[in-house]
Amino acid sequence: MTLAEALGSWTGQNLLTLALAALAVWGGWRCSRREHWRLAWRQLRRRRAAMASLVILSGYLLVALLDSVGWRSPAVSPDTGEPLRRPDTGEVVLDGGRSALDHLLSGLRRRRERSYSAPLADTGLAMTRMGEGGRGRVAVPEPLRFPGAHPLGTDRVGEDVLYQALKSIRTGMVIGVLTTLLAVPLALLLGILSGYFGGWVDDLLQYVCIVLSSIPTILFIAAFMLVFGQGLPQLCLAMGIASWTGLYRLLRGETLRLREADYIQAAIGLGVPHWRILLRHIVPNVMHLVLITAILRFSSEVLAEAALTYLGIGVGADTYSWGSMINDARTELTREPLVWWKLTAAFAFMLGLVLPANLLGDAVRDALDPRLRTE
Amino acid sequence: MLIYLLRRLAYVIPTLIGVNLLVFALFFLVNTPDDMAREALGDKASSPEQLAHWKASRGYDLPLLWNGGAAGAAKVTRTVLWTKSLSLLWGDLGRSDMTRELIGPALRERVVPSLCVSLPVFLATLLLNIVLAMQSARRRGGAFDMNVQLLCVLLMSVSSLIYIIAGQYAFAKVMRLTPVSGFQPGRDMALFLALPVVTGVVSSLGGGVRLYRTLFLEEMGRDYVRTARAKGLSEARILYVHVLRNALIPIVTNVPLQLLMLMTGNMLLENFFSIPGLGGYTIGALRSQDFAVVRTMVFLGSVLYMLGMLLSDICYCLADPRVRLGGGARP
Repeated sequence: MTLAEALGSWTGQNLLTLALAALAVWGGWRCSRREHWRLAWRQLRRRRAAMASLVILSGYLLVALLDSVGWRSPAVSPDTGEPLRRPDTGEVVLDGGRSALDHLLSGLRRRRERSYSAPLADTGLAMTRMGEGGRGRVAVPEPLRFPGAHPLGTDRVGEDVLYQALKSIRTGMVIGVLTTLLAVPLALLLGILSGYFGGWVDDLLQYVCIVLSSIPTILFIAAFMLVFGQGLPQLCLAMGIASWTGLYRLLRGETLRLREADYIQAAIGLGVPHWRILLRHIVPNVMHLVLITAILRFSSEVLAEAALTYLGIGVGADTYSWGSMINDARTELTREPLVWWKLTAAFAFMLGLVLPANLLGDAVRDALDPRLRTE
Repeated sequence: MLIYLLRRLAYVIPTLIGVNLLVFALFFLVNTPDDMAREALGDKASSPEQLAHWKASRGYDLPLLWNGGAAGAAKVTRTVLWTKSLSLLWGDLGRSDMTRELIGPALRERVVPSLCVSLPVFLATLLLNIVLAMQSARRRGGAFDMNVQLLCVLLMSVSSLIYIIAGQYAFAKVMRLTPVSGFQPGRDMALFLALPVVTGVVSSLGGGVRLYRTLFLEEMGRDYVRTARAKGLSEARILYVHVLRNALIPIVTNVPLQLLMLMTGNMLLENFFSIPGLGGYTIGALRSQDFAVVRTMVFLGSVLYMLGMLLSDICYCLADPRVRLGGGARP
């Protein structure tokens, strides 16, 4: 089995993940050499809540990264456990490939039950049948195949809930990160062009911006998803297009202000080319706004995914997400006995991502926004 | 004032045309009428004749942009762009693709239930936001402020789906205080609306209080507050007369815009609580792939937004005499 075979269709995604990780590391390294970023970092370090949030978020990020790289491995016969070979050539047959997280969690993934079971239970609450004399329905406890092996129980089709919640982490992170990666460069480029050059460039971009922002976000996403179909990439694209206008306005205003600053006027007077002024003088001076907006918006995008998925304009049913877990939970709450663990798991995992993101966002804003820096 | 209004109106029209063309591009160029017919009829079972019939019965069989076969002005007017998209500009909303009913009357009968939910949510949220943010800003850094801040972050970090599901479970199913869902005009309406309104308020409270607190704090740092203190005014008078009046300007001027946007309905609340409003109507259209209804809702949403912006600008001019009419005010 060669490397190319083992990677197969995963090659592109692995490379993309590595490229994004490398980009993040490079960005962090560049920032760590600038004094004003180091000052902000020192401020951030003093806040315990922010540091704790950072640790939790790193954990989530690690899970998401593990779930984003993958490889193919030899397929195993379900009966004998032997690797499958082609009958004619004797070659080892490869499966479709799984992510690193799947390989780590293969235990959870494989231990499937028939239906619902409570967290750490020995018996499922699967079979309901008619009670004595055909009246009422009685849940008959049925021994599980893997008693006590499901820390958060199993769902209707017997899939482990902890596994689903962990798999949903990637969906949430991808929504937050990809949407930001789409919206921020667009807003940055157009915002500083608009503010710096003014004139017809500004008029045109302002017009595009007002047209887009006049459509209510949820209706725009709904229309977009209806036309392009449900799915994670489409959702990121729709949310990215719908959300760059706010940051664009902010950056345009800031650039308008910066343009009148003495050092920019001096640079113009000295004949420095425009692109160089934009890159060297304007972009670094608006980056703090970009970072604050990106972090503060991350959490609302994760929350929006759940609501949109529930409305049927988010990720499809084939993608694990907290939104679809909550959606399933709606009918589970009407069951007797009550199936509460799926809802609780989705709620807890979401809160575990969104709350630290909010806390970190606040801390970053306090550390970077000079207007609020009072101490 | 009149000249200013006319100028702002002149700004609204190109924007609406832009939105219209954008919606047209999304719904007819990306996703052609053939695609629509295929999705509506199901992928495999449909023959070319069925597709053609579906398109013809809904008026999608015309050329998209230019009707070369027609004479005179009909070259332009006998096209999908004219009859399905630009017609929205003069208020011809057309018919639903699925039920074939007229969209206009369908919207009219659903506006009231939508407003019955969203208006109380909006007013209660506004009031609570102002009161809590004011108290919080007044005791800046104190225990009350800290607790409110913490509560806000917590409230903001929970999906609104959770509030709705938990609320339905706790109040309707376990305590049986309210019906689980449904809507009924008349005497029982308050009972049916109580739960949706409460969950709606809770889910939008966190962000609002934080925003308003920042506004109030900003206002409390201004010079006139120091002057008022130096004059020896009581803290309560400074806060509730001077600061509140100034800080309310950006809040109140935003109200017309938000009021108009309420008319598009709240999709989540209306869906969960089976309220026959516009949000639920939109979701129904999304789930049944009713392109005509979604198109209309997107365009109407944008019309309401532009109108709201216009009204808000006027309010701003009325509320704040420093804003000169006809000045280069741009949205």
